[in-house]
Amino acid sequence: MNKLGGAIYEIHHMDEMAEKDQWLNRIHPLVKLILTVCYIAVTVSFPKYNMEGLLCMGVYPIALFILGEIPFRDSLRRLRIVLPLVCFVGLFNPFFERQPVLALGGITVTTGMVSMLTLMIKGIYSVFASYLFIASTSIEKICYAMRLLHIPSVLVTQVLLTYRYISVLLGEANRMMQAYSLRAPNQKGVHFKVWGSLAGQLLLRSMDRAAEVYESMTLRGYCGEFCYAAGTPCRWKDYLYLGGWCAVFLFVRGRSIFW
Amino acid sequence: MHMADALVSPAVAGAMYLCSTAAAAYSIKKVRLENDTRKIPVMGVMGAFVFAAQMINFTIPGTGSSGHLCGGMMLTALLGPYASFLTMIGVLLIQCLLFADGGLLALGCNIWNMAFYGCFLGYFLIWRPMQKNGLAKGKVIAASILGSMAALQLGAFSVTLETMVSGITELPFSIFAGAMQPIHLAIGFVEGLITAAVLLFVYEARPEMLDSPQEAKREGRLSFLHTMAVLGIAAALVGGGLSLAASANPDGLEWSIERVTGSTELNAGNGSAYAVAEQIQKSTALLPDYAFKGSESALGTTFSGVAGSIAVLAVCVGVCFGFRFFRRKRQ
Repeated sequence: MNKLGGAIYEIHHMDEMAEKDQWLNRIHPLVKLILTVCYIAVTVSFPKYNMEGLLCMGVYPIALFILGEIPFRDSLRRLRIVLPLVCFVGLFNPFFERQPVLALGGITVTTGMVSMLTLMIKGIYSVFASYLFIASTSIEKICYAMRLLHIPSVLVTQVLLTYRYISVLLGEANRMMQAYSLRAPNQKGVHFKVWGSLAGQLLLRSMDRAAEVYESMTLRGYCGEFCYAAGTPCRWKDYLYLGGWCAVFLFVRGRSIFW
Repeated sequence: MHMADALVSPAVAGAMYLCSTAAAAYSIKKVRLENDTRKIPVMGVMGAFVFAAQMINFTIPGTGSSGHLCGGMMLTALLGPYASFLTMIGVLLIQCLLFADGGLLALGCNIWNMAFYGCFLGYFLIWRPMQKNGLAKGKVIAASILGSMAALQLGAFSVTLETMVSGITELPFSIFAGAMQPIHLAIGFVEGLITAAVLLFVYEARPEMLDSPQEAKREGRLSFLHTMAVLGIAAALVGGGLSLAASANPDGLEWSIERVTGSTELNAGNGSAYAVAEQIQKSTALLPDYAFKGSESALGTTFSGVAGSIAVLAVCVGVCFGFRFFRRKRQ
């Protein structure tokens, strides 16, 4: 599958997962958004040599993967984007920090190795947390949560529309690329002579589509403001879920500070 | 160049969220002032276009590798700086959530690094000045390449700074920046070429779609006096307020001299020329060592800051007027 096809599949797959009727999906989107940001912030706030505390933070993704029945293998694929840059940054730490910490068999573990490992763990945990959030929450619900946080409707509507049209334009780009590759076999990528016309055609079509979208929205009563259906309010279960996890995070973080 | 959450500390992430939020709030205000309901669907579809176009691999001749489109610069040329900045926020948010391309906590950093420079600096410092006297083929190419390169260079530098300030890596700043900047210079050039190719196609097919600064000029902008007043107040605030927090420690040069000679001040030579020059400096210096003569009060430091700002501003204005006078005379 090519890159465009893969992206289309990924979007549909995430949509399907977010639409499932499971307990994790039913939790209020604002609660999940706040919890995800809190978890990532607490995770990255750990000192670079605190491996023990950081490992304890793994309880959140592990619990949600198991209890939420979210496929773990899919989330591993997402690491391929994050890990290279994190590794590039962390890879040099063992060369600059050579103070020995402990000896495992014949290998001396240095502070640089520990800081490199903690950096990688932080990267992995934060990817897992974002994945768990998006796998259990549809983009419409995320936008609803953003509106509850008083993020202006201009921005939220724009995000919603971008998401709505991504799969349409990815499909269009995919068809264009298929047609191009059939006419230019054994060629990797787009030849520089058609850089402008290929992407330019897609751009012009997108602009025409935007005009059609606007007209159809206007016919349905759009006047610059989107009307959102009244969402469900937070229930006591949501508050309990938020409070429980926040207590766990604070306990693990506080433990590393005070003990 | 998308930053992962692990590469930033919560403090840096928070600070960058604040900066990006300020830019977004200003952009939202500007887009609302335009009162064009057509713009929001266009922004949505254009965001989706950038997303799709960035997945197309453009072959770089003679290298075997491929490049992508520079979204920020292309959008700013089509939608203007404010709408393009908001569009890029949407694209980055969706990339972060759906494809783990950049972290949720680092979103503020990514918006700043990848949207702010391309949309605002690319527009106000490159696209608008270059297209001031009307659109032209060569100018579209030059602005696209320059804009993309500048945006990527500044973005890469910001990534380096944010990572270093977060205390994530033990890599020395010079090595990190030395690794990041050259590679992004090459990437910026290629992305600029691809962006230029697309914008050129639009210029030839539908030139009215490109943002023309001539129209923006007619709509009105900050007057000269208004701009000077804002700059003056900012300079006075920075000079007057922040000078109180000025470090009493020696600066880099003084520190180096201290290491060599044992004192932050160099001893003047024995010649009479030195003595005369020192005497002139003493008698003409209004605020020696950034304070009132014979006083160490904080008021003197503040006054020095404000006075210095005004003096620098006056010199700049004088130089600009002088430059304009001689240029007109030559014409």
